[in-house]
Amino acid sequence: MRKQLVKVTGILVLAIVIAISGIVKAADSNSSPRANEPTIKVGAIFAVTGGAANLGGPEQKTTEMLVEKINKEGGVKGHKIELIVKDSGSKPENAISLAKQLIEEEKVLAIIGPSTSGETMAIKNICQEGNTILLSCAAAEDIVNPVASYVFKTPQKDSDAVRRIFQVMKAKGITKIGVITSNDGFGIAGGKQLAKLADLAGITIAISEAYDKQETDLTGILTKVKSHDVNAVVNWSIVPAQSMVAKNMKQIGLDVPLFQSHGYGNIKYVQQGGEAANGTIFPCGRLLIADLLPDNHPQKKLLAEYKKDYESRYKEDASTFGGHAYDAILVLVEGIKKANSIDRDKVRDAIENLKGLVGTAGIFNFSSSDHNGLGLDAFEILTVKDGKFAIYKN
Amino acid sequence: MNLPQVVQYCFAGITVGSIYAIVAIGFNIIYNTTGIINFAQGEFLIVGAMTAISLNHFVPLPVAIFLAVVITTLLGGLIELVFIRRAQNASVLHLIVITIGISILMREAMLHIWDEKVRSLPYFTGTGVSTITILGAHISPQVLWVLGVSVVIVMGLTPFFRLTLTGRAMRACADDRMAARLCGINDKWMVTLSFMLSAGIGALAGCVISPVMQTQYDMGAPLAIKGFTVAILGGLGNSMAAVAAGLLLGLVETLMMSQFDVAYKEAVSIVILLLILVFRPSGLFGKHEITAMRAV
Repeated sequence: MRKQLVKVTGILVLAIVIAISGIVKAADSNSSPRANEPTIKVGAIFAVTGGAANLGGPEQKTTEMLVEKINKEGGVKGHKIELIVKDSGSKPENAISLAKQLIEEEKVLAIIGPSTSGETMAIKNICQEGNTILLSCAAAEDIVNPVASYVFKTPQKDSDAVRRIFQVMKAKGITKIGVITSNDGFGIAGGKQLAKLADLAGITIAISEAYDKQETDLTGILTKVKSHDVNAVVNWSIVPAQSMVAKNMKQIGLDVPLFQSHGYGNIKYVQQGGEAANGTIFPCGRLLIADLLPDNHPQKKLLAEYKKDYESRYKEDASTFGGHAYDAILVLVEGIKKANSIDRDKVRDAIENLKGLVGTAGIFNFSSSDHNGLGLDAFEILTVKDGKFAIYKN
Repeated sequence: MNLPQVVQYCFAGITVGSIYAIVAIGFNIIYNTTGIINFAQGEFLIVGAMTAISLNHFVPLPVAIFLAVVITTLLGGLIELVFIRRAQNASVLHLIVITIGISILMREAMLHIWDEKVRSLPYFTGTGVSTITILGAHISPQVLWVLGVSVVIVMGLTPFFRLTLTGRAMRACADDRMAARLCGINDKWMVTLSFMLSAGIGALAGCVISPVMQTQYDMGAPLAIKGFTVAILGGLGNSMAAVAAGLLLGLVETLMMSQFDVAYKEAVSIVILLLILVFRPSGLFGKHEITAMRAV
């Protein structure tokens, strides 16, 4: 008798809980702003947690800050933006299911992100087939090459980053280098570009190795690099490796210049690297040295404003990653304005024809064959001096 | 390869090897007392390091490390009291699964408390760029600290388990719990003590490797897997063997890396684990009878 009572009570409680959550959900959607015009649904997949959280965190914060600002000023052509942010945990498998959810259930106009190249490549086809505009914040060239009509990216090309690095190396008389990359999408893509463009630049890659993306002790692999008597080391990864590599190099007595990728764009990595980080050379967008730009530089106003807003609101240094998310929203908004419609094909066409759009990463000039819109000049070569970023001068 | 290079590789190998060995020792202590594999062992290292990093903002480094070890030790005891002791009649398999759950719980708690950033303790001596030259190889002084602490831990534990009453009581519990109770040993407290001891040396290990390997909330699991491999490799329950096996694995990994693609480094330890489990499950130094008796 008692057992039955417990069972019945349990089922009743469960039923009530389900009913309440159903009511709450209905009330929730009823209370969401039903403006006169439909809202623009924009999805976002960021690596807010997980290995790439240094990228996804600022991207999420920037997107929320910018969308809030746009909505406060009346939205885009009178439509408010409804932002749906999802956390992929830096895992491509999660990005896939989240993308499907956003495309099929939420039917978003566009997806901002993901934060990493691996995740983006995993959802590239899904977005293309779902006719959903994808504005990726990841760097690999494969994202826009081959071009998929709905897929765009806002970070500069890794091939351009490599070209700039080789330019600096030639000027320094470096001929033989060692390349180490992480084994994730970003690292592998970078390694490929380095291998492809080395001959053209007259640089010999004496050794090229990939390490596990979570690896923190690089002394073993750097010992192997050291045995090849290289003039410089190129590291292509994100954290944690890019903070450790400078330290490990000094510890094993590998005293050659260290070049990093444009994934080095946050002062935190310099702080983590400590004294060893001084002298690192890397290509980067101009956000990090916005204050050092001349006043008449086309990007200065935008960069200074973004930096100020971000840093005062979130009390942490702005990074180029947040900038990529900023550019993605900017591109979408400008596309909608130019198309004067929220029809996805019209917006897509408009984005493809945006020219001279000033963003944080550079000045965008899209075309049907170029879904990135940034060139070599989007990069500034930076270095680290006394624990701060500075413009590299030969 | 010339001598300095060989020495360099060897140092890299024994550094990682000694880290694996310490984690394996943590496994062995708990296994020796309870027969369960504590898959949350890796998390103890990270909790210890993170706590020390936070405390370091307020107190000098040695004090921070000492307090972190104490706090993690108490945490180990608390975890045992809350989770393991309650599951009195559970089989060993159930308890192992519980420890997996504990490791996930701890990881998420750490993410919540400390967020996902990568942090590290300052180098114990010198800075990130200090380097010492030994036989032509350059290493960071922190490497010597890692080796030194590992040696001290092993040197300290061996007489503890062989000679002291408490240590022998813990071994008695592993052998036959009922018989130990009949002898008047408070087996429940021995289990708690084993967790506390494991947590404590885990925390110390976490602190000493933090400058070298950095600390991030989710580094516990990979360390636990490597440590488990080493524990099996040496023979489960044998701490001295764990040290030898750890150094062996570290050296093999690093020397493989010098000859082949670095990308295969992780595969090396898994392949070795599989080979051992197939051909010599009692481990390199274990005795066959022991595996037969410990039927899980």
